[in-house]
Amino acid sequence: MRFLLVEDNLSLAAAVEDRLRMDGHVVDHAPDISVADDYAATADYDLILLDIMLPDGDGRDFLKAHRNRQGTTPVIVLTARSEVSDRVGVLDLGADDYITKPFDFSELEARCRAVLRRHGGGSSNQKRFGSVVFDPMAGTLNIGEKTVSLRNKELRLLEIFINAPDRIFSKSKLVDRLFSYEEDVSENAIEVYVGRLRKHLAGSDVEITTVRGLGYRMSLA
Amino acid sequence: MSRGLPTSGSIRRRLTLQLVGSAAFLASLLFVIVLGFTRDVSQQTHDSILAASATSIMDSVSVRSGEVSVDIPYAALSMLGNVSSDRVFYRIAQDDSVLTGYADLPLPDGAPPRGQPRFDTLHYKGDSIRMVTLARRVSLNGQVSDVVISVAQTREGQAAQLAELTRNALQLGLGFFMIAAFLAIWAAQSSIRPLAELAEAVSRRGPKDLRPVRRPVPSEMIPLVTSLNRFIERLRVSLSRSEDFIAEAAHRVRTPLATVRTQAEITLRRVERDENRASLREMIRAIDESSRAAGQLLDHAMVTFRTDSLLREEVDLGALSRELLNRLRPIAELKDIALHSDLPQTPPLSGDPILIQNAVRNLLDNAIKYAPSESDIQVILRKEGAELRLSIIDEAGGFPSGDTDALTARFARGANAEGTIGSGLGLTIAREVVEAHGGRLTIAPSQATSGPPAASPRREGSCVSLCFPMS
Amino acid sequence: MRFLVFSNVLTVALRVISLFCLAGILGGAAQAFEIEDQRRFGPAAGAAGADVLRVLSTTDTDLLAPLIESFLRSRPTVVVDYVTVSSSELMRAVVEGDAAFDLAVSSALDLQTKLANDGYTRAHSPAGRLRIPDWAVWRDHVFAFSQEPASIVLSPAAFEGLEMPRSRQALMSLLRRYPNRFRGHIGTYDVETSGLGYLFATQDLRTSESFWRMMEIFGSLDLRLYCCSGEMIEAVARGELAIAYNVLGSYARARVDLADRIEIVDPQDYTNMMLRTAVVLKGADRPDLAGAFIDHLLRAAWGNQRDPAYPFPRYATAETSPTAALRPIQMGPGLLVFLDRLKRARFLEEWRSTVLQK
Repeated sequence: MRFLLVEDNLSLAAAVEDRLRMDGHVVDHAPDISVADDYAATADYDLILLDIMLPDGDGRDFLKAHRNRQGTTPVIVLTARSEVSDRVGVLDLGADDYITKPFDFSELEARCRAVLRRHGGGSSNQKRFGSVVFDPMAGTLNIGEKTVSLRNKELRLLEIFINAPDRIFSKSKLVDRLFSYEEDVSENAIEVYVGRLRKHLAGSDVEITTVRGLGYRMSLA
Repeated sequence: MSRGLPTSGSIRRRLTLQLVGSAAFLASLLFVIVLGFTRDVSQQTHDSILAASATSIMDSVSVRSGEVSVDIPYAALSMLGNVSSDRVFYRIAQDDSVLTGYADLPLPDGAPPRGQPRFDTLHYKGDSIRMVTLARRVSLNGQVSDVVISVAQTREGQAAQLAELTRNALQLGLGFFMIAAFLAIWAAQSSIRPLAELAEAVSRRGPKDLRPVRRPVPSEMIPLVTSLNRFIERLRVSLSRSEDFIAEAAHRVRTPLATVRTQAEITLRRVERDENRASLREMIRAIDESSRAAGQLLDHAMVTFRTDSLLREEVDLGALSRELLNRLRPIAELKDIALHSDLPQTPPLSGDPILIQNAVRNLLDNAIKYAPSESDIQVILRKEGAELRLSIIDEAGGFPSGDTDALTARFARGANAEGTIGSGLGLTIAREVVEAHGGRLTIAPSQATSGPPAASPRREGSCVSLCFPMS
Repeated sequence: MRFLVFSNVLTVALRVISLFCLAGILGGAAQAFEIEDQRRFGPAAGAAGADVLRVLSTTDTDLLAPLIESFLRSRPTVVVDYVTVSSSELMRAVVEGDAAFDLAVSSALDLQTKLANDGYTRAHSPAGRLRIPDWAVWRDHVFAFSQEPASIVLSPAAFEGLEMPRSRQALMSLLRRYPNRFRGHIGTYDVETSGLGYLFATQDLRTSESFWRMMEIFGSLDLRLYCCSGEMIEAVARGELAIAYNVLGSYARARVDLADRIEIVDPQDYTNMMLRTAVVLKGADRPDLAGAFIDHLLRAAWGNQRDPAYPFPRYATAETSPTAALRPIQMGPGLLVFLDRLKRARFLEEWRSTVLQK
């Protein structure tokens, strides 16, 4: 997916970019509205993440202009302001969703997924690995004729693996990616979900192997 | 809002009393003046008749064969009988000797009047009499003599006439007074009306209506309306400053928190050692808790602020709940929590949509936070009599019975909140909102609810209900 | 102590004695004024002093007897002491106070008015619903209980062939045309001696200017003067008089025995009506009884029911009024004018020169 991130807080922007790239997305970062306008004019994005407080203006004006231009790209607004006074504003102006800072990246991820799904992310997003076809939007796994609906964590775990096949992920890294910070879980919780994935992948040419002391790796059998 | 305001008199009563008092004073004055005037006229009338009588007698005085001769005209005394039935006395004297008449009729003091008749009020034969005296100089054999004629009558007729005049004057005075009093009451009433109209116009405004008062008022009320408008302006400015302040505070708290969190996450990714990782995770957890707490505190401030002057709009509770469920679904999905809803069409509520949305969101947030992964949450809307009941049923283990009231107390945390971020402020907010709308918040174990049976809950949970009275 | 008691007894004894003396003197003095008649009505030899109504009147006892008797019928304990005097004697008696009476009844309206004006009378409120004409009461002191016209009595025999005059103008023109026929046959009251005659004559003068003209005509025709109405009526009946002017019409009408020999004319131009009046005297011992008797008289005179004891002819209320042809003499201070010494002297002087032509 191609993301446009309009955010003037550079460290936050960097963190978001990192996270999205880890998930296999492409991110363009615009620190202000004028750059955002340039990017939006020249490229097609799947999703725009828009901050409200920008150095050269109000993000809502960019939103209004975007909609006036018949821009159909979905927009998620990042706001630090009180939800109450801005809720009606941004949604009425054409945003698809909003998230308040500071936010949990899992929540951002979940909202992006929801927005993209609503927007009708097509089958172009399907990922193939071996005999497995993974649709991250639909949250389904096709093995041959079999279609499996994945639970949220299974889905995200598979996404992590499938975006970087043959790479070893440590348990701790997986915990970071999968669980929000309020879910104080031990690393063994990962085992449960890996186990579940393995069950789903049974009968395919894809397997998740445990690398002792290092973590897990998904590879073709 | 006007319970027990100290009152200092009443303008209408004061105005009425003053006007009626003035009317009474004027009526009395009128009575006195009219009476005095008519008394004078009455006295003059009677006196002129007496004078006419005396004059007609005087006109019949002649000198015959060296003697004064008087031929009293019949009319001189019969005219007095025509006016009243008073007793009549007369005396005709030449110098000091009485020619004819009542010799013992009292003499007035002083010299006999020349030309002009002279009137006196005297006493005779046990009654008060009014007497006229006329004098004329005649010449008798070269000698000058004074002929003095006195005619008197008792004053009963005059007294009777005066009594009637007094009665008439009194009736006039009373009649005038009553009309004036009636007019006074009407005038007081209509003078006060602009005040009542202004009060009514202002009170008809909604709680958020802070427009200045622009209706035309009498010039005396301009200072009042000007002060009122100035006050409204100050209030409006103060209120918008408060709103801005709350929004600004949110921003100012969250922005640095966001920065810190970002940095922590970045650091966490670089750190390998378990204890460092654990510390960082805890730090991030703490930041999230602060952020959430700040959010709820600001929410609570907003709720308090808005419930003071509760907006009354039409709120479709079902549609509002559906919107909220859509918004929170991604969060719920993160924990594989399924959100079920049963939101039939219901009549609208009268209330503040933002506050109600806030309350329901806080409860749903609460439910999602406390519910374990892969559990169900149900949102059910029912019309019960004159109330709408919105129930949120979770499988979060339930609250121990007997703890329900304490839970909604500020900052209390339920026993199952171990390890979970969030204060009990969410429930407090929800309760304050629903109570501001005249409703109530109830918490009960999910099995014991009188509502519709949950879709076979697998685990113990609680049912939090908001009951709103319909308008 | 005993001395005080004794002196008290002495004082009381002295008082009683003086009272008796006074009574004796008064009783004696009561005989000093001229009574024409005295009659006692009621229970014979009743207890002295109890319920006695003393009436002083100029009206013949016989005339009022029936009314007195009807009054006493419902008052079995009341005695009426009725004394008849002349009108001037009545006046003198009341003014000089040498006779104690409760009620004064007189045909001399002017004298009664003077009594009331000068304070010798008491007020009386007539009972309840009696509808008395306003001109019949003066000041609630003087009450009129009859209206008796000053009529002209003519001898039908003397007017043989002539039209009977019905008005003064007619009379005067008749006299001018036939002076000799009526010379010496015209009579009227001697106004110098008769109070009623004086009243009628002066009221005539007051009413019309032509009075002296008529008197002149009478005087030129050897007018004869009489003391009283009765004599004049009989003189006409006897044929001595052809015309009797200003005769008391009620007396003439009462003489039904002479009805075919006299013709009674109430002049159409105007007829003055004498009012017989009653007053309650100031020093009355029994003003209550006096008032009750007055009410009785008023009821007989003005009430709806015709009382057979009432001796005078009644007239319908519309017929007599101060503005009609039959006009009651107006009560009030005007009547004092001709009582004035100088005015009277002047009138009589004129009278003598006109009527007596001396």
